[in-house]
Amino acid sequence: MRRWISKNLIKIYAFLAFVYLFIPIAYTMAFSFNDAGKSNLTWRGFTFKNWQNPCGAPEVCSALGNSLKIGFIATLIATILGTMIAFALGRHRFKGRSTVNLLIFLPMATPEIVLGASLLAMFLNLGINPGFWPTVIAHVMFCISFVVVTVKARIASLDPKLEEAAMDLYASEVETFRRVTFPLVMPGIFGAALLAFSLSFDDFIITNFNSGTLTTFPKFVYVSSARGIPAQANVIGSLMFLLALGIVLAGQLVSSRKNRV
Amino acid sequence: MAFVAAVAKRSSTVRGIKRPSTPYLLLIPGLLWLCLFFIYPLINLASTSTQTPSESGEIGSYVQTFRFANYIDAFSGAREQFTRSIIYALIATLLALAISYPLAYAIAFKSGKWKNLLLVLVVAPFFTSFLLRTIAWKQILGNEGPVVTVLRGLHIIGPQTGLTASAFAVVTGMTYNFLPFMTLPLYASLERIDPRTLEAAGDLYANAITTFRKVTFPLSLPGVVAGTLLTFIPAAGDYINATLLGNPKTKMVGNVIESRFFEIVDYPTAAALSFMLMAAILILVAVYVRRSGTDELV
Repeated sequence: MRRWISKNLIKIYAFLAFVYLFIPIAYTMAFSFNDAGKSNLTWRGFTFKNWQNPCGAPEVCSALGNSLKIGFIATLIATILGTMIAFALGRHRFKGRSTVNLLIFLPMATPEIVLGASLLAMFLNLGINPGFWPTVIAHVMFCISFVVVTVKARIASLDPKLEEAAMDLYASEVETFRRVTFPLVMPGIFGAALLAFSLSFDDFIITNFNSGTLTTFPKFVYVSSARGIPAQANVIGSLMFLLALGIVLAGQLVSSRKNRV
Repeated sequence: MAFVAAVAKRSSTVRGIKRPSTPYLLLIPGLLWLCLFFIYPLINLASTSTQTPSESGEIGSYVQTFRFANYIDAFSGAREQFTRSIIYALIATLLALAISYPLAYAIAFKSGKWKNLLLVLVVAPFFTSFLLRTIAWKQILGNEGPVVTVLRGLHIIGPQTGLTASAFAVVTGMTYNFLPFMTLPLYASLERIDPRTLEAAGDLYANAITTFRKVTFPLSLPGVVAGTLLTFIPAAGDYINATLLGNPKTKMVGNVIESRFFEIVDYPTAAALSFMLMAAILILVAVYVRRSGTDELV
């Protein structure tokens, strides 16, 4: 027995770490079935009614709608801009590379509160009221860097022989890019977009500074935490979790199929 | 898991000179965005940090007087919260490292065909909202939660002692919330180690501990550096865990910046504190990266 434990120590540890990782998720999901009433902090009984009526609590779904809208627009812009930068860095030689790399790295090394506060100060100086579009602008700004590093890593991992082969077969530069390079980089771009969306959807600090009176989903949870979060928020949190897990697992399945062929 | 690779990998193949203007055309839109909405606001914030209230006395109206003493005033007013932010963030980073390293090691070397699935499971908890996770910790550590019940049952803590609204709860929340930033870079650097180097160490009569100390750990150092930085930076600037899980005595510098901005409308102090937080982080990062001898960050 002791031998078995010492031999599998690392696996036991990893198992415990997974338990630790999932306890809060189990709580969030369990309390989506709580017959909560006003405060969802203590267990009062099992019910399906929160799941049958996820928009039942006032403002939950309008907050969710705002978060989705901001997330989609910000993801679209950040993915396009970030992918362009990633191609410039990964496929071209030019002056000022290190400056560009620094400019990409800095937003990731800056605490969110500094990003949020500095943008709000600028908007206020310019006489622009915080709200929907300032929030979108802010989200694009902090997502770009993450898109660049993700797509750049994918470009760097490509085998240059594939493109050389295309050129050898008399494909022009544009054709090579369109039919070989871009399709190969596509999974990286898709991953970057997912990452950008989840960063945008879950952001609280920067959003709190720049959204004014607009309520997003994280802001809704924060504001209502003082007087009790409705169980519907847990329903939406659980749904997002299952949806994201589904997308990622499906992606893994597709890529492992492709690798087998 | 492109992000995994992104954190630890560095582009090595820069090939092909095409039209010399192409890279600039690709760069301009994105960099313009970053200059307008990242660099310019920072410059603007720097200018705000030395302003003083205007003579009209209107709330929120400030004029530039280049008063650098604002920084001294801001720091002496928030010294406690500043120190606390750095200490909490350091403890949370070390705890995250202690939890993540064996986990990343197990996934990289012991998981076989389950590797990808386990990697997804490491990130999966973070698909729910950051705030809902933090609230869940409030319930777990709450007086009716399992932790307090067990500890009270075992008479480790008294029947009146609770765990929430404490520094312990804040650090617990921070450790949990920033964990993937630690695990993923660690995994990425461990996964790149050729298992044969570990076998070679064994063949040369190194025992398991020596192998780890002399081979595995040094080879995983880039991951350790990247992971600790990616955890420490957001942890030091965080104020959500301190607000939801703490008490007035666990306030962090983020809480002060936020309340200066929104409640007191004291933009210069908020700006000065923001810059000091950024400077403190950049200095710590620079010293740390130099001492650990890796500049592989982006």
